[in-house]
Amino acid sequence: MDVIVLQLFNGFSVSSILLLIALGLAITFGLMKVINMAHGELIMIGAYSAYVVQNLFLSYMPSSMFNWYFIAAIPFSFIVAFLIGLLLEATLIRFLYGRPLDSLLATWGIGLMLQQLARTIFGAPNVGVTSPSWLNGGMTIMGDVVLPYKRLFIIALVCLCLVAMYVYIYRSHSGRRMRAVMQNREMAACLGISTRRVDAMTFAIGSGIAGIAGCALTLMGPIGPSIGTYYIVDAFMVVVLGGVGKLIGTVFGALGIGLSNTVFEYWTTASLGKVLVFLCIVAFLQWKPMGLVAMRSRSLD
Amino acid sequence: MHKRLMSRQRLWLLAGYAAAATALFCAPLFLSDFRLNLLAKFLAFAIVALGLDLIWGYTGILSLGHGVFFGLGGYAMAMYLKLEASGGRLPDFMDWSGLSALPWFWKPFSSFGFAFAAGILLPALLALVLGYFTFRNRIKGVYFTILTQALVIITVTLFIGQQAFTGGTNGITGYGKLFGQSLASPDTKQMLYWVTVIALIAAYALCRFLVKSRFGKVLRAIRDGENRVRFIGYNPAIYQMVAFSISAGLAGLAGMLFVLHVGIISPSMMGIVPSIEMVLWVAIGGRGTLIGAALGAILLNSAKSVFSESYPDAWLFFMGLLFVIVVVFLPKGAAGLLGQFKWLRRRRAKHGEGDGVHYPAV
Repeated sequence: MDVIVLQLFNGFSVSSILLLIALGLAITFGLMKVINMAHGELIMIGAYSAYVVQNLFLSYMPSSMFNWYFIAAIPFSFIVAFLIGLLLEATLIRFLYGRPLDSLLATWGIGLMLQQLARTIFGAPNVGVTSPSWLNGGMTIMGDVVLPYKRLFIIALVCLCLVAMYVYIYRSHSGRRMRAVMQNREMAACLGISTRRVDAMTFAIGSGIAGIAGCALTLMGPIGPSIGTYYIVDAFMVVVLGGVGKLIGTVFGALGIGLSNTVFEYWTTASLGKVLVFLCIVAFLQWKPMGLVAMRSRSLD
Repeated sequence: MHKRLMSRQRLWLLAGYAAAATALFCAPLFLSDFRLNLLAKFLAFAIVALGLDLIWGYTGILSLGHGVFFGLGGYAMAMYLKLEASGGRLPDFMDWSGLSALPWFWKPFSSFGFAFAAGILLPALLALVLGYFTFRNRIKGVYFTILTQALVIITVTLFIGQQAFTGGTNGITGYGKLFGQSLASPDTKQMLYWVTVIALIAAYALCRFLVKSRFGKVLRAIRDGENRVRFIGYNPAIYQMVAFSISAGLAGLAGMLFVLHVGIISPSMMGIVPSIEMVLWVAIGGRGTLIGAALGAILLNSAKSVFSESYPDAWLFFMGLLFVIVVVFLPKGAAGLLGQFKWLRRRRAKHGEGDGVHYPAV
């Protein structure tokens, strides 16, 4: 019983990280049809932003304040990644709308350069970020099952991001403009929406969420220039499995991959578990080629 | 008049091919052993590029999984060479991992014929199976690309995880002889170089034949308008599957040659980065032209071996930049640039009136 609860919790924990990464992708890929392979590097930027904030707190703030650096790091990571996303959109992505495969290659090149840049600035070895002391330890339930606070915090953070995204996309004016542009660009433009501004904003928000994901990853272990590449393909699989265009699909996609990954890895070995998950995804796509939740459309392509 | 012009162009083309083939065959005369070995490796890469061009440039399907097919071919050949070098005993890495008997799937690889066939057919079969389960359901474009990338990740994880059967991170190395000839001797290397040249020419001829045939026309039609092809009555999935499978088989062949030249195969040679680098070769050389793809592989790898020796950091920057430049400014690659010059000249002569050809958004 204990083992089952622990595995279930681990599954949710993995899912929450996948979801946080995939949320940003769901926006850029799902809504804009841009394959942003540099998403992993935006995560890396977010992680290094947290590292920088930590170092700033260490050198300029009284040590009693140090524990609260993480609260400052989250918005800071978001803003840094947001601005870089804005820059990226203005200089490169805008030329690639409607060419998803080309956007994949170009952003992969960008990712390569960003990785190399990080290696130049921060050095190739991994750096550690000290988690605030109030996240150490864990909650004990059912006698001897320990749920680490760090993982609980990440799950809470993901829920918060999800709610914020939901409110922004479905309940705000700019979110409505965003959905309008993604559903029918020409018509939205005719009605007076500045599609350029909406595109830039959408991409930047997707990037900003990647920054938050990077910040959260610093809690899980040391960070390095290639931290994003570990997660990026899994996150893309979440979007493919979940279907594009709706947030709820991404949530279920992340839960599906995260939980099945944990279960299969528990049953078999880590490497065989991954193979089984992949086979399951391909099998699932036989049944629903467009993913779990697909936007209904009469257009053929 | 027009016809004569065409035939003269054809003549020049044939002369060019003949010159290139002669130069390749004579290369051992004026290259050092080290350079010759490098060139042989690049020629093997050119075979991958040809296959990749067939699927990407002509059919419009981007595969980021060719590293896997390349690696499978490489492992098939490496298994044969390893068994040959171990001479009836258990290969050393199995000993270290505590295996006491040869696993059943290693046994047939002691015959060269089987290993060679498996090196081409295994990747082709894997591609056929993956293609069957994706193209049939019209999973295409970006979705397919992401699936191929996931295939790379799980294959690499699997090969690293099953250390007893695959040699783990170190891969398989330490071969001795092929057909009783030492792999390290310059004579064998020269022989292998010629084998590679012949393989490259054969692969080029095969791809050219496919592209010029009716089959190739359907492939291009699928690239430009898959649904129209379907409505005319073709089944695009079959064509995509076959093209993908041939492309994977070529990658497997290249992998086998690569192992013979380099003497090692490991999971790091089939990972995400090598797979996407293969795409870069084709993109730079020019997708949609076979000669461009092959030249792109050779030139880019030559540049890499020169640059990355002296400035390994700058090379990664440069490669990233190349990706961006090629995609944004040169969607048809270097070969397209040449064509553009020709087209501009003709346009100037004709005064306006473009031919309206544009690369489709894939």
